[in-house]
Amino acid sequence: MASLDGHKKIETNATLLLTLSFLVVTIGGIVEIAPLFYLENTIEDVDGMRPYSPLELAGREIYIREGCYVCHSQMIRPIRDEVERYGHYSLAAESQYDHPFQWGSKRTGPDLARVGGRYSDEWHVDHLIDPQSVVPESVMPPYAFLADRVIQPTYIADLMETHRFVGVPYTDEMIEMAALDFVEQATDFGDSGVVDRYPGAQQRDFDGNPEVTEMDAMVAYLQMLGTLVDFSTFTPEESR
Amino acid sequence: MSDDKNQHPEEQILMEGDPDTTGHVWDGIKEFNNPLPRWWLWTFYATCAWGLLYTILYPAWPLLDRATPGILGYSTRAIVAEDIAEFDAMNAPIREQIEQVELAAITPADNPDLYNYAIQGGSAIFATWCSQCHGSGAAGAVGYPNLLDDDWLWGGSIDEIHYTISHGIRNEDDPSAHYSEMTAFDEILSDEEIASVVQYVLNISGQEHDATLAGAGETVYLDNCASCHLDDGSGDRFLGAPNLTDAIWLYGGDEAALEETVRYSRFGVMPPWSADASGAGRLSEAEVRSVSVYVHSLGGGE
Repeated sequence: MASLDGHKKIETNATLLLTLSFLVVTIGGIVEIAPLFYLENTIEDVDGMRPYSPLELAGREIYIREGCYVCHSQMIRPIRDEVERYGHYSLAAESQYDHPFQWGSKRTGPDLARVGGRYSDEWHVDHLIDPQSVVPESVMPPYAFLADRVIQPTYIADLMETHRFVGVPYTDEMIEMAALDFVEQATDFGDSGVVDRYPGAQQRDFDGNPEVTEMDAMVAYLQMLGTLVDFSTFTPEESR
Repeated sequence: MSDDKNQHPEEQILMEGDPDTTGHVWDGIKEFNNPLPRWWLWTFYATCAWGLLYTILYPAWPLLDRATPGILGYSTRAIVAEDIAEFDAMNAPIREQIEQVELAAITPADNPDLYNYAIQGGSAIFATWCSQCHGSGAAGAVGYPNLLDDDWLWGGSIDEIHYTISHGIRNEDDPSAHYSEMTAFDEILSDEEIASVVQYVLNISGQEHDATLAGAGETVYLDNCASCHLDDGSGDRFLGAPNLTDAIWLYGGDEAALEETVRYSRFGVMPPWSADASGAGRLSEAEVRSVSVYVHSLGGGE
């Protein structure tokens, strides 16, 4: 076939073949990925979303460290039975400050995208220490050690700077106050302004132990999940 | 010794009727340009056509500010909204009835259909929202009440159960929540007084106890505990003060558990569930009523 004779040049020249292959893949990639950065409905604007507070962010790190995402998803799909069980379907905006996101695809345990406010702090502490004490049929392993591990905010500002580097809009003030916010969110008192800086943040002693433990961070993170968006003001755009 | 002729044979001779070659030659071997199998080729064309058609039917091509919507107008959000609306509409008449009929009248005898609906719906609601604390069989756990027995902290009639589910217990979200707070006696009573009142409670609940200490504990009990748990220890549902004379214990009835309760008190919390009555909950009035009927039916309902 004469029309394909030119192709012989490419097939017999490895460098040319590689270069052109790369070019084709690049075009495919650009067409699929680039629009997501400018299309207006990729991530809708919703009221209430804010970056994680320092304590919540520390809890999220523990969530990732312990591999919670292996058994728990954080993605309520737009299907009736999921919405009835877990609440409003997840929005892209709700994980816009997640690096990396925790959507997951495996549900050995229930979805946690809206677990915030669903149980009391005491329940979370009981459940993390010994899951079978409250849910006898559960296969979740115990995380009792979280309650014993006292944590310091030594590196929390660095962590927030890293998140800022990848696009989370932490302000200079937030980073400057990180260590204080971290400690005060886990106490019943204190007025560092953590709730003003992170609207909707819950400030209290989550685990009943005056020291800041990994349990405090974990429960603070869990109690915040899915609570930020005010769905009474949310009108779903239907083009998706 | 090598034989050049064997390693590099003469150029392959084409026979009559052979297809054309591709023009590629390796060591004298040519490649026939056989046509692709028809079934494969047509499958390939069909997938190309389907791919193109799909991008016309469904949202696909990125444009300036959004993607093409597709001529089917497909939207997962619209579908789930329709789906929910459809089931809500089917359930609406019976939900309305459940909200209007008196709770005490939702029984197998008076309203069998309503009762059935409430029990089925209530058990699903219980599994979704209540079972994590009260257990999937409603048998509770340490610190989380058993709902199967006849022992009720805040009352076991259908209306009392409905109130408790609607507003919850000791939560900060609903001002109408049941509220009471036991005193922590750690710094109020001496160690001896605490030890004796623990023995007294062991006594009135019919457990092994130290009779001497229990005798001394009676005074301590009457001075400090009887105002809520009553003189005979039978408890007061108005205050959510448990009956101390039976064998049912929320936090444990042995000496160690009792001492911890006396010293540091307990403060069990239940969230409010009614979105209608309290505005703080997640369930509609019909759902709260259904799950109330379900809990009432479990065995301990009064």
